[in-house]
Amino acid sequence: MAAPGRRDAVLRWLWTPAIIMALLLAIGVLASIGPGSLQRTVTDALIKLIVVAGLYIFIGNTGVISFGHTAFMAIGAYMSAWLTMTPALKRIRFSDLPELIATTQLPVLAAAPISAAAAALVALVVGVPLMRLSGISASIGTFAMLAVVVAVYGNWSGLTGGKSSLVGVPVETDLWLALLWASVAIVIAWTFQRSRTGLLLRGSREDLVAARASGVDVHRLRLAAFVVSAFVVGLGGHAYAHFLGVLSVDAFFLDITFITIGMLVIGGMNSLSGAALGVILVSVLLELVRRAEAGMSVAGIEVPSLPGLSQVVLAVVMLLILVFRPAGLMGDREIAPPGARRAST
Amino acid sequence: MSVFLQAVVDAASVGGIFALMALGIGLIFGIVRLVNFAHGEFVMIGGYTVLVLAGAPTAAVIAATLIVVVVLALGVERVAFRPLRGAAMPTLLVGSFAVSYFIQHVVMMSYGGNTVGVDFLPQLSESIAFGGVEAPALQLVTIAVTVALLAGLAYGLKATQFGIDMRAAAEDLRMARLLGVRTNLVIALAFAISGLMAGAVAIVYVAEIGVLRPRMGVQPALIGFVATVVGGMGSLLGAVVGGFLIGIITVVLQIVLPLELRDFRDAFLFGTLFLILLVRPQGLIVVRWARERV
Repeated sequence: MAAPGRRDAVLRWLWTPAIIMALLLAIGVLASIGPGSLQRTVTDALIKLIVVAGLYIFIGNTGVISFGHTAFMAIGAYMSAWLTMTPALKRIRFSDLPELIATTQLPVLAAAPISAAAAALVALVVGVPLMRLSGISASIGTFAMLAVVVAVYGNWSGLTGGKSSLVGVPVETDLWLALLWASVAIVIAWTFQRSRTGLLLRGSREDLVAARASGVDVHRLRLAAFVVSAFVVGLGGHAYAHFLGVLSVDAFFLDITFITIGMLVIGGMNSLSGAALGVILVSVLLELVRRAEAGMSVAGIEVPSLPGLSQVVLAVVMLLILVFRPAGLMGDREIAPPGARRAST
Repeated sequence: MSVFLQAVVDAASVGGIFALMALGIGLIFGIVRLVNFAHGEFVMIGGYTVLVLAGAPTAAVIAATLIVVVVLALGVERVAFRPLRGAAMPTLLVGSFAVSYFIQHVVMMSYGGNTVGVDFLPQLSESIAFGGVEAPALQLVTIAVTVALLAGLAYGLKATQFGIDMRAAAEDLRMARLLGVRTNLVIALAFAISGLMAGAVAIVYVAEIGVLRPRMGVQPALIGFVATVVGGMGSLLGAVVGGFLIGIITVVLQIVLPLELRDFRDAFLFGTLFLILLVRPQGLIVVRWARERV
């Protein structure tokens, strides 16, 4: 095709994130005319998408599995709660907060970049030693980080309310705000993936030794991916905090870690399109089984409610997907423009 | 002196359980590169088996529990993990999440999500005094069970044909198959042994904590998994060392931490493990063949 090369390249660059965002927008518009319960479900799924996109920035580009990113979610969520609650409430509940934070109150939108940056800063400090590890040691290292964060946040009453929940977080994340942050997450993930850093990392993921031999500083690049991904996951934590309105540390431990990793792997952990697709698919499945669990009548036949049945069905479906598509639904392909040979990743 | 001895007994019994968990997980990882998170559910099912059989003679309960868990482990291998064999590690990992999730919720459907009390071998909670130390009999039983299983496994791996096959499969599964090792059989056997370990843990663990719930296996499995990696992934000796090490760190922290910091024990525990990993990324015991090949 004799189209101007530059415009063509830009179009091709834009295609994948544009399609994903259009898909999300369509889902959002459909949900907005639906009942309130559906809107909440879709908002929740979009927040998960922010987290999974963040997780993908690290796992997808480096090939190292992280069990610890939920820690960044917790850091973003609590930071945002501290920044946006009223000073009066903070005085009573959180005696150990630094003076500066205790006396200021920011609008929710202004708290978003700060909360995300806090998560990124922690990632930078932890990442400098941690990124020296690779493979399963790195995974366990990230998990140890999560366990430390959960133990500290879960017991430091003067900072987080400890074992009792933290209440009074302004509830502001609605469908459209979640959609906005999800789009931001998609753009950050795509930009990183197609940047020089992202491409070098993807090379090192396929062949670590060859990448090192070609002079790629894998440690530094992985650290960059770790920090960027923590920023996005922290943003997801921020959105989650203002979605729930009530925070407890239990919400940031194993369940959400498993479900987000599950979404990523089922969609295809080497592809951003896969990450988005995994979130959508697993969310739909979760919602379907949740409704089935409450009991229903199909064609006049009463199906009794059976707590636990829905999760059993979900587990079987997930396992079947993995058996038939071990590399996830998308493998390592992206949604490509028509006519393109297969978008390279 | 008796404080020290007391701590040693504590560390050995806590560490023993972790070591058995780590060994059950490490055995499977060594051969099929599968991180089996469902190992915790093997323990949980063992616990519920004890509950179902409450009232039967102790020996029968123990035997039945071991059999149920071994059969479960074999069944899971055949139905879920064999179709996934050869897939990349993340896929195997999420597959084992799914299995663990499945088993938990099947139990939840029958028994609900709440804790259920079970009074198994109450006579073991009585203390036995010896050499200035007073320890519940259960701790001593735990240590004895750990030692017996470790010795049995060590002998089996060194001296029997199956053991030699298994070590060969762990070193290089494809090569072992080319040389005539029946890999399906060896892998099934590894799952059976892993199940046996989980069953043994279930029995002592249930006698100790006295309550059951569908998620009771998650925590020990995670600690067992961390122990395998800190000890040295792929090394069975490493798994045992890692398990005991976590037991020792836990008990030492319990003693040395001031009261106001004791709630944060897990933070110190995992912080310490994090540091150990940074110093020894391959784990404490490095196996030559477990390194990444170029």
